[in-house]
Amino acid sequence: MIEVKNLKKSFGANVVLKDINVTVKPREVVVVIGPSGSGKSTFLRCINLLESITDGHVYIEGIDITDKKSDINKVRTEVGMVFQQFNLFPHKKVIENIMLAPMKVRNVTAEQARKKGLELLRKVGLEDKAETYPDSLSGGQKQRVAIARALAMEPKIMLFDEPTSALDPEMVGEVLEVMKQLAKEGMTMVVVTHEMGFAKEVGDRVIFMDGGLIVEENTPNQLFDDPKESRTKAFLSKVL
Amino acid sequence: MDIQWNILAEYAPFFLKGTLLTIGLSLAGILIGTILGLFIGLGKMMKNKWLSFPFGLYITLFRGTPMLVQIMLIHFAVVPLFTGGTNGIAAAILTLSLNSAAYIAEIFRAGIQSIDKGQMEAARSLGMTHVQAMRYVILPQAFKRMIPPLGNEFIVLIKESSLASLVAAPELMYWGRAMQGQYFRVWEPYITAALIYLILTLSLSYVLSRLERRLATE
Repeated sequence: MIEVKNLKKSFGANVVLKDINVTVKPREVVVVIGPSGSGKSTFLRCINLLESITDGHVYIEGIDITDKKSDINKVRTEVGMVFQQFNLFPHKKVIENIMLAPMKVRNVTAEQARKKGLELLRKVGLEDKAETYPDSLSGGQKQRVAIARALAMEPKIMLFDEPTSALDPEMVGEVLEVMKQLAKEGMTMVVVTHEMGFAKEVGDRVIFMDGGLIVEENTPNQLFDDPKESRTKAFLSKVL
Repeated sequence: MDIQWNILAEYAPFFLKGTLLTIGLSLAGILIGTILGLFIGLGKMMKNKWLSFPFGLYITLFRGTPMLVQIMLIHFAVVPLFTGGTNGIAAAILTLSLNSAAYIAEIFRAGIQSIDKGQMEAARSLGMTHVQAMRYVILPQAFKRMIPPLGNEFIVLIKESSLASLVAAPELMYWGRAMQGQYFRVWEPYITAALIYLILTLSLSYVLSRLERRLATE
């Protein structure tokens, strides 16, 4: 469960998020769309405090992460994140990428972490790549490993920051497939993406952001077929 | 030029002793300089300008002045200030360490800052602390990139240890100068010293390139 209340974020004089209020319920898949520079990635990065928050509150499972007293490292173990650029650790093998955080943060034994890691690799269809280095993988494979790595911490929430934007077109499908599977299993997800097909098919709710504000939010069918705001209409006419 | 092998044979044990001290001075300089350099490099990276300023000043001073001046100051002024007497070996180790630390600090800083910030973000997003992320994710990658410039610095350090001969530390160059003084010969002592320095630096390059290959991930 995520509750964002009056979230504001500025980089110096540049105001990126003006006043964001969102609640994401357990097992809900929320897709965030919008033109580049609309603040959607910054919004996502505020949810696990990769960006410091200028004003407002973000509650994760009831914990206010803007409160200095709350342990952000503990909260982050509950919130997995998948990045546009994968950010796999290039000096570690695929399986070690997945094992590292459970071992160092959760103090899981190497044996258990490996077992869990192989299980997750099987889930994303890459069990045979366990002992290779990330450099030898394709973009789609890298992103699937990154998803497995995030899942290894057994998070309650998964954040996806344009997970398919850096991929060659023919690899987008394999990553979306894994994400669909995850949604089907009931994972709470917030997905920033340009994949409107995915938003329609998997999203429970779509948020359209522009200029640091939420312009419109609705079910995918309503938002795509009958947008209320002119800015939403203008954006959709360009991307659909 | 006719080489007088007999005086070379006579000085061989001294060259051997000198070489061992040169290796000792260099290793001490590398070791202390690396540890000191890591702290100074991390110090200079601190976000607070007041805290990082002294580290920047240290680097500026030691990189901006000749090592010959530094070793003279340390030998004749700094060491006597603390011990009441001069000690060539102590002065040499101190100068080599302090001087190389300034360069190594910059190598560390450049190495750490060259790692994509997505690596830190990915590690932190998994719940690792800043220290854990540094230790398991950033530093291992940065270290690999630091090997070539560190190798350069270590080679420079071996060569600059020859300045210790000017403060009477009986290392390789000291015995070369002694041999010239005794027999008024120049080719024999200095070609010998040059060859030994070359062997030392080549061995070090070899070890470092082996290390670099072992850390390669492809």
